[in-house]
Order: sequence, then C-alpha cells, then structure tokens
Amino acid sequence: MQAIDIKLMRDFRRLWVQGLAIAVVLACGVAILLTAFGMHTALTDTRAAYYERNRFAEVFADARRAPDRLLPEIREIPGVYSAEARVQGMAVLDLPGRVAVAMGQMLSWPADDDPLLNVPILRTGLYPARAGEVMVTTSFAEANGFRIGDTFHANLNGQRRELTITGTALSPEFIYTIGPGALMPDNEGFGIIWMPEAELEAAFDMAGAFNHLALRLTADAVEADVLDALDALLDPYGGLGAYGRAQQVSDAFVSAEIDQLRGMAVVVPPIFFAISAFLVGMVMSRIVALDRAEIGLLKALGYTDLEISLHYLLLAALIAVIGVGLGWGLGTLLARAMAWQYARFFEFPYLLFRVPSWVYAMSGLAALATTMLGALRAALMAARLAPAVAMQPPAPPVFRKTILDRVMAAARLKQTTIMVLRSLIRWPVRSALTMLGLGAATAAVISASFMFDALARIIDLAFNQSYRQDAMVLFADDVPDTALSDLMRLPGVMQAEAQQFHAATLRNGPREKRVSIEARPEGATLSRVIGADGTPIDPPPGGILLSDRLAAQLEVGVGDTLEVEFMTGRRETHEMVVAGLVEQYFGLGAYVEIGYLDRLFRRAPTMSVGNILIDEPDLPALHAALQDTPRLSGLILMRENRAAFEDTISENVTVVNTVYAVIAILITVGVAYNGARIQLSERARELASLRILGFTRAEVSRVLVGETMLLALLAQPVGWLMGAWIARALASSFTSDLYAIPLVLEPKSFAWASLVVLAASLGSVMIVRRRIDRMDLVEVMKTRE
Amino acid sequence: MADRPDTVFRTEGLTKVYDTGGAKVHALAGVDLELYAGELSVLLGPSGSGKSTLLNILGGLDHATGGRVWFRDLELTRLGDRALTRYRRNHVGFIFQFYNLVPSLSARENVQLVTDVAPNPMDAAEALERVGLKHRLDHFPAEMSGGEQQRVAIARAIAKRPEVLLCDEPTGALDSKTGVQVLEVLREINDEFGTSTVVITHNAGIRAMAHRVVRFADGRIASVEVNDTRVAPHEISW
Repeated sequence: MQAIDIKLMRDFRRLWVQGLAIAVVLACGVAILLTAFGMHTALTDTRAAYYERNRFAEVFADARRAPDRLLPEIREIPGVYSAEARVQGMAVLDLPGRVAVAMGQMLSWPADDDPLLNVPILRTGLYPARAGEVMVTTSFAEANGFRIGDTFHANLNGQRRELTITGTALSPEFIYTIGPGALMPDNEGFGIIWMPEAELEAAFDMAGAFNHLALRLTADAVEADVLDALDALLDPYGGLGAYGRAQQVSDAFVSAEIDQLRGMAVVVPPIFFAISAFLVGMVMSRIVALDRAEIGLLKALGYTDLEISLHYLLLAALIAVIGVGLGWGLGTLLARAMAWQYARFFEFPYLLFRVPSWVYAMSGLAALATTMLGALRAALMAARLAPAVAMQPPAPPVFRKTILDRVMAAARLKQTTIMVLRSLIRWPVRSALTMLGLGAATAAVISASFMFDALARIIDLAFNQSYRQDAMVLFADDVPDTALSDLMRLPGVMQAEAQQFHAATLRNGPREKRVSIEARPEGATLSRVIGADGTPIDPPPGGILLSDRLAAQLEVGVGDTLEVEFMTGRRETHEMVVAGLVEQYFGLGAYVEIGYLDRLFRRAPTMSVGNILIDEPDLPALHAALQDTPRLSGLILMRENRAAFEDTISENVTVVNTVYAVIAILITVGVAYNGARIQLSERARELASLRILGFTRAEVSRVLVGETMLLALLAQPVGWLMGAWIARALASSFTSDLYAIPLVLEPKSFAWASLVVLAASLGSVMIVRRRIDRMDLVEVMKTRE
Repeated sequence: MADRPDTVFRTEGLTKVYDTGGAKVHALAGVDLELYAGELSVLLGPSGSGKSTLLNILGGLDHATGGRVWFRDLELTRLGDRALTRYRRNHVGFIFQFYNLVPSLSARENVQLVTDVAPNPMDAAEALERVGLKHRLDHFPAEMSGGEQQRVAIARAIAKRPEVLLCDEPTGALDSKTGVQVLEVLREINDEFGTSTVVITHNAGIRAMAHRVVRFADGRIASVEVNDTRVAPHEISW
C-alpha cells in the first residue's frame, strides 16, 4: 500500500462517524431503490408469466342471461382469438364453526375439466366432477381450516345445498380476492367456488345460457372495437357492459401496486441520493480546507493534480461503498418484508421475490456516481491549489456589513448571537442547503401522515357518516318493499330501510358514463348521501343528484337534462333533470329518490337491498336466520368491514409513520451532525478564544447549538411548505375516476413532523457539543489553523 | 517598587508533566516564583523551556501536575473548571501571537464579547481608542493589518480592566514597526492602570522594557534579573 493510500485509510478512520451518518442516508436511497425496483420487476414478470401460462382473459362481460348459441357469433367478432362462457352467481354460505354469514362467488366448471381461459391451478385434491362437489380457492380453504372432503352449506338461489370440497386451486382471475362491498380481502368470509357446470346451470336456472364471458384477443385487435361489438351482441340479453383488464378487480389492484412501486422507485431514492451528495460535498470541502498544507506538501513532493483529486474522490468512494453495502443489506431485508406483505394479500402460484442482480448493480452504481458528483467540487478545489499558496495559511473569511447589521445593532443582540447570524449570512448557500435538507426530513414525515389523515377523512365521510347501517342485506332480485317488514321480523333487527342499485349509462350528447344509480327513500337515516363538508343531502324529488366529478365528466350542470339508459329491470331509457350537485371524494355517485324511480318504472315500491341496524346480542340468531332465508344473495357486514379496515389502517399507520420518522431522523442526523462537526472544526479556534475570554462551556455551546437549531427552526416552515406541496402532488396524482384524495393537512401532523426533526437535530448537535467539553484550550490556541 | 511588594501570583514547587505515552516530559520541574502588582515582567527562554506552560497555568487554561499556585489569596490549583472560567472572566486578559479574533465580528463587537460579560468593563469604543483604533471600530478582522488585529486583541483584553495581562509572544507574528506599536500600547496600559503584565518572548531585545526578566531553561527558572533602567519600546533594537 502506498503512503497516500495509508493516509486515505487513516483519514477515513478519523471521519468514520461522519462517514457513517452520510452512508446511512445513502443506504436508505439504495435500499428503497432496490426494494421498489426489484419488487416492481418481480411482480411485473410474475404476473406476465402467470397470465400467459394460464391464459388470463383480456376482455370480460356480464349479462343477465345470454343463450349459448350467441358464442359462435361472438367468436366471429374481428379481433377475438377465443371466447369462453360460464355461469356465475353469488351465494350465501353456512360454514361449519362460523357464526357469521359468509359469501361465495360460484363459478361453473366445464365438464371436460379443460377451461379455455382463466385456467385455475389445482393445488390439492381433484377437480369437481359430480353433483355436490366443489373446488375452492386455496386461501378460502386455508383461512377456514378446510381439508379435502370437508363439507359446508350454500344457499343457491333459494335452495340449501350441501357441498363437498374435492380440491383447492389458484386462479389468475383472483390474485386479489375481494368480496362485494368489502374494503379489503377477507378470506374467511369470502371465497371463490367452482362447481360442475350442469349443476350450477340448474341451480341458477341457466341451462343453455351463460351470464359471464371471457375473451382473449388477437395481437392486432382494437380493444374498444371489440367492447362495442360485444355490447351490441349482448344488449338484448341484459348485457351489463363489457370491460377490459383495466377494470377487472384483481388485475386493477395488482396494477395499482405495480404503479405504486414504480412511483416509489422513481421519486424517493433521488431525494436520498441528493441529500447524501450534498453532505459528501460539504464534508469533503471541509477536509480539503483542513488538508491545505498537506496538499501543498504533496504537490511539492511531486504528486500530480490528478493523483490528489483521486485521493479525495476515493475517500468519498469509501463512504459510498459502505452506504451501498448497508443499502443492499437493508434492501434485501425490506424486500423480504414486502414479500411477506404481498403474500398476505396477493395469491400467486409462484412469485420470484428475488431482487435481480442487475438491480443491485444499478443501485450501487447510482449511489457511487452521485457520491462522486458530490465530492467532485472539493476534489477539483484540491487540484487547483497552487503548492506555494497551499502551504500558506488561508486568509480569514471576509465578512462585510450588511443591512442586517443595522437591524442586529438596533435589536441589541448578544455578540454570540451576532456570530451565529453572520455565519448564516456569510455562507448562504450552505445555510440554504442545510435548511433544505432538514426541511426534506420534515416533509417526509408530513407526507406520510398526510395519506392517513386524508384516508381517515374519506373513511369517516364514506363509512361513519354515509353508511350507518350495521349490515346490507342483498336480494337476488328486486322484491316488493314489503320485504322490509320481513326484515324487521328477523331477530335483532331494530331498523330497516329500503335501497335500490341500478347499473345505468348516463348520456349528455356524445359524453357518456356508466355508473350505478343509488335510490333511497327521502330522509333515509341509515344510508345517506354526504357532501364533502359532511352535511347529508337528500336527492331532490323528480330529479337526479350527481357528484361534482361525475357532472364535470358529463359536462352538465343543475337544470340540464340527461338521458339515462337503465341496464336493469326492463332496460328502459328515461330523461332525467340534474336537480343538484354534491361534492364528494369517493366514487361517481348518482342518486335519486326511490319513489321517483318506482313511478318512472310504473311499478309498486320495490327494493334490492335492505339496510339494517342490528342489536348486537342477537347477531348469532340473525345469522342463523339469514342462512336459511331464500331470495338472499348476500349480506355485507358493514361493522366487520369497518373494523377490519380500521385495524389494518391503524397497523399500517404505526408502521409507516415509524418508518418515515426513522428516515427523517436519519436525514436529520446526517445533515445536522455533519453540519455541526464542520462548524466545530471551522470554529474551534474561535470557540476556544471565547472559553479563554471567560465564557462558560454552556455559553460557548450556545454558539454551536444555536446555529444548528436556528437552521433547524428556520427549516420547519420550509419543510411544512415542501410537505404540503408533496401532499398536494400526491393528492392530485392519486385522484382518478373513482376517487379524489382530499388535501387534509392536520396541524398535529405538522407539529409531530417538526418535533421529530427538531429533537433529532438537537440530539445530533448535543453529540458534537461534547467535543467542546473535551476541547484542549492550550492545544487549539497553539496551532496555527 | 515598594519595599514590601504586593504579590499577584505566587507559585510553590510547580510541576507539569506531559505523559505522551511512555515518555514523560517535564515541562515544569519545580518553579517557585512571585510576580508583583503593577509589574511588567518578561519571561525569556528557548522553546520547550516551560514559559508558555507557566503562563497557561497562571491564566487558568491548564492544570498543574504538582505544586501550588495562588492568585492573590485564591489558590488556583484547587479550582475546578467552572471556577477557573469565572477567574478568567473576571481577572485575566490574554493576548496571543495569532490574535484569535472572531472573524465574523467587527473590532467593536470583538471587544463587546468581553464587555458584555465582565463585571466592571470600560466602553468598547474607549478600549479601542486606547490602542489607537478609534477609526477602525466597524472593521472586520479580514479588513485589518496584523498589527491592527493584535491591537484589537489588546483592546479586548484590557476592556474588562483585568488585574493581570498575560501575553504569549504578542509580537511574534509582526514586523518590527508594528511590533513596537503593540509594545507601546502594552507599556501604556501597564503605566496607566498598573495592570500586572507578563510577556513571553523569544526576542531578547524586549527584555529592556521590563521591570524584571525571568529566564527559563529545562522547566526551571535559570535566573531573575531586575532592570534598574527601563527602555521605551521605540528604543528597543529588534
């Protein structure tokens, strides 16, 4: 090892705490890049392979009852490669050992055991072959502790049947399985159930017909054209509208996760890289300043400028190497934690939770490159020093009077305070960058809490205020609203209200939108329409109430007339006047008064959903009664839904807030600790002078602590602004057809963010302060800077 | 000098040992010395003879290894860090070879550093006027010559009206002309306020302006001589 390399290693050993503080920030960037990119790649590749091997369909359509003879015609549609029809329906399940009602989505299983599309993968047992045999999703079987040969009961279109499990399977259609009305997967309460087609057709009265269609397209197909052709063919048979993969529930959730990973990989790591580059630059400049005489000496000894620059770049590279090493370790752990999280919600037959090695290489190179970039200025500075000049001590930094001095004089500030303020003004770029760094830490915490504050607001409006019922009872068909009194007679039901849902297309000239129209009685108290400001609104009689987002998409205002084509009942088309607008965060809501709709359809009062309030102690009895109620297609337990969702959310809030607080602390320590160390090094002499003049340790520390904490304080408004800006960007990037994220900025989240950053800053500077206590006054004064 | 001189500093068997990993260096090897009120004394001696170590211990910057030191009735060798800080703050003025001004403070503000915390200070402007820098009050260190900077340091040291002024090579970094100016200021302060002044120097010429000259060698006092006739700074041959 050459002498200059020995110097390198010794310098690094001397700087290890500072180096580590930077390396940790860099490691965060590397780890997140690794995890997000790696998971993105793994998820994308796995999904693609799964879809391809198991022939996941590209277009789907539901109809009320279409004859099988339509299939050849559908296969003739230009662009259709293959088409497969099936029968499906919802069923209320009675599972052994479970008190609450469960729901199953029943799918027909072809007699030849060879589905064309959406091919399930059999995990255990056999395909269902005989009447009474079923195959269920693996997650449903596992969650309920089912084994092959176990039985349970289902209410199939009013008939109670005993079903025997012959096999368990996974399906590309149900990577993410979510029940109707649920906010997240509940494998115990909702499952996919395949049943021999002849039996299911008989149960749902669908012999020779189908109600669900899956298509695969040719490579040159235009999806929109296929959708139009399909809609036209299915329309006479109660077609509910064809849709592509983007609207397929399971795929939409997987895609959202993939998009989120990509967003994370692109947005977050550069922030960490930028901060560590800045820190490296700051520390390296200081080292070069301190090494001035040595640089002069090295040059006098004949070292070239390049060798000297490389020497300092290598020092930065050592920091980067440690950061990358830490980042790889951390990223590998993080990827594993993420894989565990995915295993909880997604069901893949095989998921390569292995980060590809090229992602390791790329993240390492990116980290190394940004670190080098950060150190470049210092390295050039070292190269440019002329040897004769370098061996002279540097001139004292030049201070000049500014306008601020008059202000300071007027304010009669202490000299030590003036020292702090002048140094901030003297190095404005450094002060500003430090502030930005600390502000970024505050912003990180704010943007993390923002998502939850916003979510809490949406949940509160949507579930606590709009949907106040304990459960929704779903009927297989429209029933007369006398069913309400039947509901009231069930055990534990304290209140019941009728509701209808109608799939419909709203048209205003060329603008059209497919929505679900909700109809409620006037003055309903269990299920209400709630505006963004939290007030309940009743749809005005004789008109339709639209959410503002829907109205904007249709380009209509109050008083305009819409053409409404219902896909339910007799599939009538009516004109409706837009009677009001309501601002909402969630969904494309369209609301009418239930009596108005019944009059429009020229029928007696009808309902398709009953909203009920339940007296808790009677819940088991109610479930038992519902499991034997014919005409029932399902029960949505709002209370359980909410509780499960809130549990998951609060668990996530704690985890995510902790993660972001740790990240903020790491950034803060990186910035504040290095800043204070550099300050101490530049000011050692000055601070020692103060001690000699008779200033106490506490007074001297105030200069050091004062500057860091003043910057940290000044950084808070900057951080708040950055945080609010990030929150706004997040809110608008998440706003879609389905929902808008409200910009909820809670003062307590801002206070929490600032508290974390200020405490971390104080902690960092207090570590440095201990060096003041250990400072050898005589030694400091003897040496000539 | 009066018959029974008023003692400011007294040391008894003062030793200072630096333990530099194995080899022990005796910077002070038993020093007994008295310094008197109003006296301007010069400590002479080669590098490593122990004069700076003595000055630092007298000024409360360093702890002795053995022996005792008194500042009037106050035994410095028994004081903790806190008390030494208070002692420096209230009684001692320091002047160093490299000025040690705070670069971010102007001349006046550098002096105010002291006047803000001392019990009975003079006005910062007055202190600067005394060292002939009335016209440079609002200049920053970077805008001043070495001699001017050292005079600011002197102003800062005297502004608290200290009882003792400890100067470690005050002219070491200056040319002869500015060096003489600085010495003149020191002499004036000593004459006018009766501030006991201890000056460390390599420059044997400076000894001519002292009341007493103490020579150091190998951590011990080699000789003490009293000047019967003192020479004015401008007469000193550099």
